[in-house]
Amino acid sequence: MATTRATPGDLKLVQLTRNFEDFVAVAGIDLVVPGGSFFALLGPSGCGKTTTLRMVAGLEEPTSGQILLGADDITGTRAYQRKVNTVFQSYALFPHLSVLDNVGFGLRQRKMGDWRRRAMEALELVKLADRAKQRPRQLSGGMQQRVALARAIVNEPDVLLLDEPLGALDLKLRREMQIELKRIQQEVGITFIHVTHDQEEAMTMADTVAVMRAGRLEQVGAPADLYDHPATTFVANFLGQSNLLPLEGFSDPGGEFVTAHAHGIGLVVERAQLPAGMVVTTQVAAVDSAVHLGIRPEKLRILGPNDPPSANRLGGLVTDASFNGVATTYLVSMPWGQELTVTRPNDGSPRAHRGDEVTLGWDPNQAFVLAEAD
Amino acid sequence: MAALTQAAVGAEAPVSRPRRRGGLVPLVLLAPALLWLVVFFVVPTISLASQSLQTGDIDNGFTLTWNFAVYAEAMARYWPQFLRSMVYAASATLGTLVLGYPLAWFIAHRSGRWKNVLLVLVVAPFFTNFLIRTLAWQIILTDNGPVTGFFRATGLTAVLQAMGLTDNDSLLGSQFAVICGLVYNFLPFMVLPLYTILERLDVRLLDAAGDLYANGWQTFWRVIWPLSLPGVVSGTLLTFIPAAGDYINSRLLGNTQTVMIGQVIDAQFLRVLDYPIAAALSFILMAAIIVLVAGYVRAAGTEELV
Repeated sequence: MATTRATPGDLKLVQLTRNFEDFVAVAGIDLVVPGGSFFALLGPSGCGKTTTLRMVAGLEEPTSGQILLGADDITGTRAYQRKVNTVFQSYALFPHLSVLDNVGFGLRQRKMGDWRRRAMEALELVKLADRAKQRPRQLSGGMQQRVALARAIVNEPDVLLLDEPLGALDLKLRREMQIELKRIQQEVGITFIHVTHDQEEAMTMADTVAVMRAGRLEQVGAPADLYDHPATTFVANFLGQSNLLPLEGFSDPGGEFVTAHAHGIGLVVERAQLPAGMVVTTQVAAVDSAVHLGIRPEKLRILGPNDPPSANRLGGLVTDASFNGVATTYLVSMPWGQELTVTRPNDGSPRAHRGDEVTLGWDPNQAFVLAEAD
Repeated sequence: MAALTQAAVGAEAPVSRPRRRGGLVPLVLLAPALLWLVVFFVVPTISLASQSLQTGDIDNGFTLTWNFAVYAEAMARYWPQFLRSMVYAASATLGTLVLGYPLAWFIAHRSGRWKNVLLVLVVAPFFTNFLIRTLAWQIILTDNGPVTGFFRATGLTAVLQAMGLTDNDSLLGSQFAVICGLVYNFLPFMVLPLYTILERLDVRLLDAAGDLYANGWQTFWRVIWPLSLPGVVSGTLLTFIPAAGDYINSRLLGNTQTVMIGQVIDAQFLRVLDYPIAAALSFILMAAIIVLVAGYVRAAGTEELV
């Protein structure tokens, strides 16, 4: 249905702010969402992501700032005047209308003569054409969710907002709907802005993820970028788990690698993994304790006697090993008391046990440096 | 559900329905109410029916003569009062709806922590006797009172007169006063069912309607109003039925040209002592209301109320 439509314009938020009395829900956000992209707004509850979404929908008035859709400033327009539609967290389907009438609601509001045909097409897209005559409450949660989706996309908005649309579904259905949503987004080519607190969901579905915290944008980027190069401790911990080693300083022998010092041990880091703009002197440089080396649990290996030598080695004691089928997660206690989390896939390699002395290793290009702490 | 129950009972136990306690428990529970209804409703209704078909007078006694002609006679003599009662009751119902709907919405969604206080205020008039409340309206609408003064100063008395609701530049003793009294007295019966239904309305649906290009007015007509219909139906019934039979408001606030059917029945029973006519009028009123209500519920019911 949308094969002929042009890519919608970019959505721009300029210093967008929303205060509730003396609480700042959204504190001056600047953001560009490219037209036709699948964009995720990720953050813990209360971070302002839903408020941001509601301002874009026109259901909440910004305290200050601008919202631009393509070349148009839509800040002052009402919800019903915007080419933006929303899939609500609770679905908010009209209980007194049939599924078909729900989907056709927006089209009939805009006096579309062929609303019935278009609504049926949208229902076919979400595979619910056979339920057109039923009432929403006769459908399962997953089906209601798809009706809500059809009701929004049938209007062919420039931007589709999804407010935690999968929150009420069970895990298996949620996985299915994630794939389904991505398929539909690619099919219709509408800009999707998906609000969620589930980092896995955001990374699975979105081209670009914006991490929000306390009303501000923490970091924006492709999922793999955010995961491998988090800019802040918050992002490092919110997107999966991280082992953070506090650093005492660096020494720079020149070349591709630098050496970071943690608890008197030299750790080799690829220069490309340093945050942009970080200057490292050739001598051991004292840096404040707010600099950390971060290593993801799945990037740590337990070195066996026959393994090739690793550039980085840390010895420790296994204090816990838990096996979940796909992988085993170990807690390894370091001599200075810190426990590192290590995840090893169930790939036939020998397993360690509680009480074993092990040596951990990782590649210099698999760690990241955070120049800021919480 | 049946399959579930069977599965739960298990394979070894024969499929057994939940044990019925002789089917007597519901009857025992119903008995007091049934007895009450038989003694105080069914028996009097039958006796009233029989009374309507009797002839005679108070001095020589009445005998049952199956005089069905009394119904035709009652209608011929009192159809204007019947019609008037229906028109007044309908006007009062409309009035309570127009006043009560915004009030119920406000209490349900905008009153915050004042919600309970406002609900008590809606019911507060019931703490006073019906008769006294209506008498108070005589004082409110009295000729030298501020309300009449305001209506005269703003020229509203002339408007009411032009509409035929009052006969002169007084407010009391007019159709206007009677309908005002009815609206006032039955307002809580409209507000409470409306409040109950509007309070349950999911306000997120309003966001959804706005998101789907409906402005405030369209949202009301296409979402709020259809979802509130059950409250509207029960509110209008609770208002219309007693208002149609009311005989206090027209007596205290009206004049000889505003006599309602309730007043006629009252007078025939208690002063004229023409029991057959009074009984026949009561039956006609009951039948008229049942027919009207049945038609109304049917029309509203086709919308498949939620």
